[in-house]
Amino acid sequence: MKTLEKRIRESMAEGRKAFVSYMMAGDGGLATLKEKLLFLQEAGVTAIEIGIPFSDPVADGEAIQQAGARALAEGVTLRNVLGELERCKGEVAVPLVVMTYLNPVLAFGVPQFVEVCQRAGIVGVIIPDLPLEESGPLRDELDGTDIALIPLVSLTSPDERIKRITESAEGFLYAVTVNGITGERNEFGEELHSHLQRVKQMSDVPVLAGFGISTQTQVKEMGNHTDGVIVGSTIVEAFHQNELDRIRKLVQAGVEKFEIVNLH
Amino acid sequence: MAVEMRKGRYGKFGGQYVPETLMSALIELEKAYGEAKADPTFAKELDYYLRDFVGRENPLYFAERLTEKIGGAKIFLKREDLNHTGAHKINNSLGQALLAMRMGKRKIVAETGAGQHGVATATACALFGLECVVFMGKEDIRRQELNVFRMELLGAKVVSVDKGTGTLKDAVNEALRYWVANVEDTHYILGSALGPHPFPEIVRDFQRVIGVETRRQIVEKEGRLPDAVVACIGGGSNAIGMFHPFVGDEEVALYGVEAAGSGIATGLHAAAIADGKEGVLHGAFMYVLQDDNGFIQEAHSISAGLDYPAVGPEHCHLHDIGRVKYEAVTDAGALEGLQLLSRTEGIIPALESAHAVQFASELAKSMEKEQAIVVCLSGRGDKDMQTVRDALGGEVE
Ligand SMILES: Cc1ncc(COP(=O)(O)O)c(C=O)c1O
Repeated sequence: MKTLEKRIRESMAEGRKAFVSYMMAGDGGLATLKEKLLFLQEAGVTAIEIGIPFSDPVADGEAIQQAGARALAEGVTLRNVLGELERCKGEVAVPLVVMTYLNPVLAFGVPQFVEVCQRAGIVGVIIPDLPLEESGPLRDELDGTDIALIPLVSLTSPDERIKRITESAEGFLYAVTVNGITGERNEFGEELHSHLQRVKQMSDVPVLAGFGISTQTQVKEMGNHTDGVIVGSTIVEAFHQNELDRIRKLVQAGVEKFEIVNLH
Repeated sequence: MAVEMRKGRYGKFGGQYVPETLMSALIELEKAYGEAKADPTFAKELDYYLRDFVGRENPLYFAERLTEKIGGAKIFLKREDLNHTGAHKINNSLGQALLAMRMGKRKIVAETGAGQHGVATATACALFGLECVVFMGKEDIRRQELNVFRMELLGAKVVSVDKGTGTLKDAVNEALRYWVANVEDTHYILGSALGPHPFPEIVRDFQRVIGVETRRQIVEKEGRLPDAVVACIGGGSNAIGMFHPFVGDEEVALYGVEAAGSGIATGLHAAAIADGKEGVLHGAFMYVLQDDNGFIQEAHSISAGLDYPAVGPEHCHLHDIGRVKYEAVTDAGALEGLQLLSRTEGIIPALESAHAVQFASELAKSMEKEQAIVVCLSGRGDKDMQTVRDALGGEVE
């Protein structure tokens, strides 16, 4: 079992749900990356998903697109983020996952990318435009490393497909909670809870829900049906507005020991 | 474990690099298209609309005065400009609209650059009573104001995209995002031979009518196949439609003409085969204009329809195996070609097609008088009059 899954299971064993925080690398300047990682670690997140800015982020909503545009304007690239992460290695103990679109990885070179990720101590990779069918070459390269290739499943994935995706899943399964892009949502569709429970039944790795989760209530609600959550846009916005307390509270709501809240 | 399920490959190009939310829609589309292809009533229905609504088949016209003026090979023009809505784009929009209805989807989303694909799609939607949303870059809306009005007259909703560079690639991003959010009742009519499988194949098949007609027509006129076939390349739909029926005919030279903008050396162009690197954009592995970090670069061309930073996967493969030669013509060259055809033949071509006209004129010079070249005249120039007038400083010499 790769480190990422092990760490998530450890917190599950303590009776906690996982809370993965997304952040946009280099929003506010690459120099602030370490300080943000340490802040999130301190706040108690289970893992951190570090977004790499891209010129054409098709899976992202408004908040993350804008954060990405700010980071691009700061000259942030996959290469310099990984370099910076390598420099933070001794101080950041929380598991780090890189979220990047495929093209920057191809431009970097897949073997080189994997090698530099290993040097930087990365334990997971999420590539939103790399579905199961196309994942072979990267998967081969990650084989034998401690880096998990974290797959996504969506509301539109049929059961048979979800099963196939879970078979090769590592780290955790990223269950997308909306048909749509990242960004805050007021409410989620009716079918979501049963969908998440079905996914959980089919999956051997922990299932974390993400996309559009922005309030403490939603964090708890999703946690009730899964092994934890991934929170993105809200945290990106909160960092941008310097509302650090909002982030602390969200994380707390996520990793608090079980207390099943009944919402209905 | 081995996960070898890659589909829609042209050599190493193509594939399906999309968010998981779209995968089942692509699988559904592939299945529906396979069934439609095998169903003779589908072909019959499409033929009916192509004939009675679009006005096919359109002529293969011998450009006699142009040929004389150049003094080389005979030049024939495949008159896609005479189609209803003024370009080849309608062939694909109609086909995909019929396909959407077969899948029970009555909402359509599309992207557009020049506005030609948007107009064609809005037209097909009006014809069949479908809801239509078109994403268009802010910069393109400025360049093609009248096409926006045409789409709105046809009942489509046009959404301005100001993200990124505000051009075609950003309009595709927004259309993809919209499709992800509305995938359950919406079909995405992609406008060129691009995107994730099965789009490049579907668009090519619906545009193949260009080449199929041309092959028959040139044999009727000349008693043999042409020596060369020339078409402009944006994403590559008119070109692949024209080339495909000739790919097996070794004796027919095929030329794709990219937009060289201000010149390849200036970096301000849209010639992804001439100057791009392999990469992934909008769901497919292709030649893409990008920087060393893999960030996609803006394309530049006087013609909005060629202003796309990649070239469809099948063209990338045809380039790799050397079956098609890819050349490039600058903005200035296209303006020259446009004026030349207007004066000698009384046909004002679209700026996109003018790239092909210009290259073919050069090529004809180097060929014998008995030889024949076919040029795909993909569209008419009405939409470009403002741009051309501005570029020529309001004066025609
Ligand atoms: C008249 C015309 N020709 C060519 C093109 C380029 O597209 P493609 O390469 O897909 O044929 C366009 C695109 O808008 C067009 O309007």
